Amino acid sequence: MITGPLIIGVSFAYLGLLFAIAYWADRRADQGRSVIAHPTVYALSLAVYCTAWTFYGSVGRAAETGLGFLPIYLGPTLIALLWGSLLLKMVRVSKAERITSIADFIASRYGKSQALGGLVTVIAVIGVVPYIALQLKAIAWSFTILQHYPEVRMPDHSSLSFWRDTAFIVALLLAAFTILFGTRQLDASERHEGMVAAIAFESIVKLTAFLAVGLLVTLGFLGLNGPELPSVVGDERLASMLEPLLQPSVAPSQDWFAISLLAALAVMLLPRQFQVAVVENSDERHLRRAVWLFPLYLLLINLFVIPIAIAGLITFPEGGVDADTFMLTLPIAFEQPWLALLVFIGGLSAATGMVIVETIALSTMVSNDLVLPGLLRRWGGRPPAADLGRLLLNIRRGAIVVVLLLGYLYYRFAGEAYALVSIGLISFVAVAQFAPAVIGGLYWRGGTREGALAGLLVGFLVWMYTLLLPSFAKSGWLPPVFMESGPGGVDILAPLALFGLVGWNEITHGLFWSLTANVGAFILISSLRDPNATEAAQARIFVDALRQRHPTSAPLWRGSAEIAELMALAERFLGVARTRDAFANYAASRGVAAPTELPADAGTVVFAETLLSGAIGSASARVMVASVTEEETLGLDEVLDILDEASQIRAYSHQLEQKSQALEEATAELRAANLRLTELDRLKDDFMSSVTHELRTPLASIRAFSEILYDDPEIPLEQRKRFLGILVSETERLSRLVNQVLDLAKIESGHADWRTEAVALQQVVEQAIAATEQLIEDRGIQVRLDLDSRPAVVWGDRDRLVQVLVNLLSNAAKFAPERTGCLEVRLFPVAACWRVCVADNGPGIPDDQLDLVFEKFRQSSIGGHKPAGTGLGLPISRQIIENLGGHIWAENRPVKGANLCFELPAHSAETLD
Amino acid sequence: MSKRILIIDDEPNIVISLEFLMMREGHEVRVARDGESGLAAVRTHRPDLVVLDVMMPKLDGFAVLEAVRADPSLAGTRILMLTAKGREAEQNKGLALGADAYMPKPFSTRSLVDKVKELLATAD
Repeated sequence: MITGPLIIGVSFAYLGLLFAIAYWADRRADQGRSVIAHPTVYALSLAVYCTAWTFYGSVGRAAETGLGFLPIYLGPTLIALLWGSLLLKMVRVSKAERITSIADFIASRYGKSQALGGLVTVIAVIGVVPYIALQLKAIAWSFTILQHYPEVRMPDHSSLSFWRDTAFIVALLLAAFTILFGTRQLDASERHEGMVAAIAFESIVKLTAFLAVGLLVTLGFLGLNGPELPSVVGDERLASMLEPLLQPSVAPSQDWFAISLLAALAVMLLPRQFQVAVVENSDERHLRRAVWLFPLYLLLINLFVIPIAIAGLITFPEGGVDADTFMLTLPIAFEQPWLALLVFIGGLSAATGMVIVETIALSTMVSNDLVLPGLLRRWGGRPPAADLGRLLLNIRRGAIVVVLLLGYLYYRFAGEAYALVSIGLISFVAVAQFAPAVIGGLYWRGGTREGALAGLLVGFLVWMYTLLLPSFAKSGWLPPVFMESGPGGVDILAPLALFGLVGWNEITHGLFWSLTANVGAFILISSLRDPNATEAAQARIFVDALRQRHPTSAPLWRGSAEIAELMALAERFLGVARTRDAFANYAASRGVAAPTELPADAGTVVFAETLLSGAIGSASARVMVASVTEEETLGLDEVLDILDEASQIRAYSHQLEQKSQALEEATAELRAANLRLTELDRLKDDFMSSVTHELRTPLASIRAFSEILYDDPEIPLEQRKRFLGILVSETERLSRLVNQVLDLAKIESGHADWRTEAVALQQVVEQAIAATEQLIEDRGIQVRLDLDSRPAVVWGDRDRLVQVLVNLLSNAAKFAPERTGCLEVRLFPVAACWRVCVADNGPGIPDDQLDLVFEKFRQSSIGGHKPAGTGLGLPISRQIIENLGGHIWAENRPVKGANLCFELPAHSAETLD
Repeated sequence: MSKRILIIDDEPNIVISLEFLMMREGHEVRVARDGESGLAAVRTHRPDLVVLDVMMPKLDGFAVLEAVRADPSLAGTRILMLTAKGREAEQNKGLALGADAYMPKPFSTRSLVDKVKELLATAD
């Protein structure tokens, strides 16, 4: 049912699907609609951390050591809490400096040192190649095991010829695949979007496969429709095998601590992890989701490790089946062919994901930090006139093939030896050697190139001595006696018990000594001299990364350069089109029309160098740029001066920005004030014109009647009296108008004298009614009072309040019909205020004029007739009430007539005298 | 000779004085208290002369003036504008719209009476 051709067919279909996803994502990226610009995709791509070693090996470790598999996932979970600072700094610096690999990162930090980049590359290749071998073995083994379905049989380590060895074919296929994925174009900092999309997809596949097996087994344990599992009870041998799993313990604690720390460092420093987490990051905000989503992924993929390990141990009690294969052999034993195939694909995705990303990262490092510096030295700084971009891509392709073949050879010769099984953690320790240089470089300004070199070298040597050589010895390649007593029989130098340190597991032991030596050498050698100019400049970018949103290189360069030569150099690596684009953008950002008009200054040279860094790494870029320019050496003092100046300029431009902002605000305020003044001027004009009109009208009557009376002595007495009456009332109107205009002007200008006292509104109402009694009686109008019995005390000026009420009352009296008129004065509390309303049964106010009645000279007419009065009573009333902190408004009564109300804040009654 | 005179003004006391002055000259006087009823009165009573205030409710003096001048059947109507707005711009606007004369308030009764006489004389 499951045959070799079927497995091969499914595997190819799966790889084809991966390639289709990658191709689609690349196309989308070219169109500017990136599929990976999503925080979930980013977090899933980080799960490339979980390789075949996790997929198959976790169960193996659990079967052997119980919870011992857990620290490998606990460490990354804990370090994720620090990503907000640590990883954010790495991402930000790498974006600004166009950093392409962990080797480039370390080289760039310590003055763009080629030696450092090369050393890091060598360590990474030596440390990681065996790890790649492990993946090849996983694919080959799982293929062979599945091929024997339904039989459960361990593959024997064959000595087949290369061409019939599955692992070799897998290695070649993966090399071809990786070349297609990873070396499409040169500018590595442009990222491999297709690859990331495929990796994120693989993370989903391997998790699904793992959870499927876990669920099957767990259902079996619970007796729910799953496979039948033999009983454990009563079998002592089995019980002792299961003991570490059923009685988990975290002892010895130093191992837990060491392996957690190791995994925490590896999850950021492994070349593939640096590639997906830093180089391929498209937006630093994605980190925020990764901080919880990545640990959640780790939790899920570890959820069923223990149940699967227990199920494996009791299903295969004879021990003939390798615990590392339980993931695959359990579904076979339970006769679940499709699940077995799914597990195979899950394992394939875990292995291919790791291999693809790791070899891309390694090939970038090998080409930029190992091969290119060598070529540069051979060319003597003057590269031959060739398409260097194509050359570099070919170097990378070659590096991919070589790395994978090295992995295969390691697999072939190490085979089933101990060296391959334990290589996962040993690889981690090798990569952990980068930690002092990386983390120290991000938080400590004092590190120097020599310090970093010394630390890395010493740490790496101790790693080889305490971990790599013993693993060779255990594989039988070195005499075992080497492990127990040191070289030449010096016990104190025994690789597994260095300086008499015994009782620790070898990983803990090796990690402790290698990191101790590494950190010690790094600090000691660094402290021998102060950082030089370039180191100080790079330290500033790396350490202060969080203080600047877009860290930039200060223009630390002096000398003479030709723009044309810089462009020609870049063209040879990046091609004409992309170089022209990049230079044109840069020219535009500096406000220059064309690249050829760019000044050949420090800024331009630093730009060209950063541009090249994206393709060939910072150290090589520095050398290349130096080959076409003539640079004068800058002393440390000068560098510090320039840095100082740069920060001063930043501060100054910040100040300027603030000042110009303040200026803008002031201008806006002035403009608003001017507008207000113009408006006030217009209002004043309107007011003057209105006042003039109101003055002329009574004056016209006065003059007319005076002249009539003067000219004509024969007017009958009755008429004469009537005319004199008009004269008197018009004179009164005139003086009232003058008084009110003055009053209003006084209130509006703020010159009015206000007496502030506690006033009871009941008394105010009574006083106002007494003042308007005559008018009200003359018109035969009734007044109804409805006043609250509690003293309505407000804080204000009694006379002014009486004035308001007199205005309201006389207004109402004028509008109420003669004889049948009826006024109602009400006083009642509303919330923390007292409200007074004066209502009449007159014609009311048109709705659209309710607000206008408080404007000057806006008189509502009574049946088309002009009411007596100045048109200033209500405006004055409004001024008074608003001055006392209240408000006044007009409304129409539901039946007929207007209702004018005002409200004033209540004052506590105690202060009333 | 008795003429028909229409006073359009919303100030009651000014109306009284104008009414007195015109009646003393022997004219037949009618009164309207706002622009709308004033315009209606012009149309129904066909006065020889209208004394027209500018600032009035409903329809102002300029609007009344325009309406009268737009109606050819009312072509012979003399119009004397009175206004408390003393600015020259107002005066020019009134004359431009076709008023026969323009007097600011407060006015001299004697010049008003003379102006009315003068306007009525040209009408014959």
